Amino acid sequence: MAKLNVTLCGVELKNPVIAASGCFGFGQEYAKMYPASVFGGISLKGMTFEERQGNPPPRIAETPSGMLNSVGLQNPGVEAFLNHELPALKGVDTILIANAAGSTVESYVALVERLSDSDVDMIELNISCPNVKQGGAAFGVTCEGAASVVKAVRRVCKKPLIVKLSPNVTDIAAIAQAVEAEGADAISLINTLLGMRIDIKTRRPVLKNNVGGLSGPAVFPIAVRMVWQVANRVKVPVIGLGGIEKWQDAVEMMMAGASAVQIGAAMFYDPYAPIKIVDGMNQWLDEQGIADVNEIVGTVQPW
Amino acid sequence: MEPSVFQGSYPVIRKTACAKQTFDFIVHCPDIAKTAQAGQFVHVKSPNFTLRRPISICQIDRQKGNIRLVMEVRGEGTAQIAQTPESGLLDVMGPLGHGFQLLDFPATAIAVGGGIGVPPMLETAAHYGKNAVAILGFRSASAVILEEDFQREGCQVDLCTDDGTKGKKGFVTQALKERLEQSKPSIIYACGPLPMLKGVAVLAKEYGVRCQVSMEERMGCGIGACLVCACKTKKPNGEEGFSHVCKNGPVFEAEEVVF
Repeated sequence: MAKLNVTLCGVELKNPVIAASGCFGFGQEYAKMYPASVFGGISLKGMTFEERQGNPPPRIAETPSGMLNSVGLQNPGVEAFLNHELPALKGVDTILIANAAGSTVESYVALVERLSDSDVDMIELNISCPNVKQGGAAFGVTCEGAASVVKAVRRVCKKPLIVKLSPNVTDIAAIAQAVEAEGADAISLINTLLGMRIDIKTRRPVLKNNVGGLSGPAVFPIAVRMVWQVANRVKVPVIGLGGIEKWQDAVEMMMAGASAVQIGAAMFYDPYAPIKIVDGMNQWLDEQGIADVNEIVGTVQPW
Repeated sequence: MEPSVFQGSYPVIRKTACAKQTFDFIVHCPDIAKTAQAGQFVHVKSPNFTLRRPISICQIDRQKGNIRLVMEVRGEGTAQIAQTPESGLLDVMGPLGHGFQLLDFPATAIAVGGGIGVPPMLETAAHYGKNAVAILGFRSASAVILEEDFQREGCQVDLCTDDGTKGKKGFVTQALKERLEQSKPSIIYACGPLPMLKGVAVLAKEYGVRCQVSMEERMGCGIGACLVCACKTKKPNGEEGFSHVCKNGPVFEAEEVVF
């Protein structure tokens, strides 16, 4: 049995597989199938300071090897999270990552301040949600915008701070460097790619929000490329996500430079995917005679 | 916590075509059948598609460990699922969602189903046997499904078709109104197209009968984690918000739903 635990900015995870935000609710739902403790960590549903109702349905569309979503950060707000959702996770043996979003710098700061005093282990700053009209990705698509939020949040954040990046940019590595310079402890990427589907019978977009975020295996090669580019330019740990569905994908993502990975859309069609990925990685490491999963991080040998 | 939702490839032990583009599957899945309830659904994988397709449970045979799924081909995804042959395997996840609340004897019920909304009514109406009236609506005679199954369970069946080719000509809401004029049941259940559900909900309110409706929305995870299958509902204080069909539903009290 290979050593699977990884350390991200001082926080130890028992394995490098994390549930991606937005795909694992507040950690309770999949408990009907298996315990959340199968994950090294779980990134909880993106939350905002105030409650948000999200976008009108339909919020999902099928795409070749993927899906579009336009949930729009529906969440009960931070107080409901702290009073109802977080206590329910007490005793679950996994690292809890709160995913924090906002529409203004002030709202990010207020939220992170509140989360900093809670029992969450890490905070993932969501500056990349494509489904909200204000804030969200607007901060994540320029170096200045991204830096300004991270700078303000860093001052109040007492937890390790992960910043989640948008792929809907020209140079994602430049944004990664900008947030690293303002004190990000780790970087996760990629959030979804902005996409659209149209029903040719009705000439209406399938999503009521017209556009939405693309995820699933279709985006995997883009995610690998971006993780590789970012890992080459920053010193902080990188968490790779986007379309991972099998253990081979997780290994590939780690070879590209990710210290840990997140699993999202794959759970919708293969709910046991996280367990299969952890088991598959473990077996592969043994077969390869690799004693520690950390040894594969960033080992791609580019031409 | 013991698992209560399962996913796997389960054998199709019987498959029949029951109407145009409508297929009737008996799937052997003892772990799912064990706790499945009337009105719950399963999430079925289509071989070449990312998202699973929610299909309501039509009948449950806990002793044999079987569930019955009657599904209509709506698009390419359901077309592929429908191609699964007898003795082939179906990738099923379930049981999911909250089903209909079944009342104890001697309660009476009216189960209203429209088109492919008819199947989940069978397990529901069967609970009441002869104390249930099943009002089943279809486009035309060629689309009629499950009529004899409801009769076999002892239910009184009112059949309606839009074009009058079988049963009474007209909508199920007309037949429901006539039944309500005669006597009020303990509860009304409904599943079908949105305008039908709305019509049923209005009648139920008018006659002061409790009503549960089964809602449909494009779905992702099926288990309440992704929040895509939003359905507008109101709380007792009148405040409106989005609930989720897979987690809070698919069955809602009709008066909760904002149609």
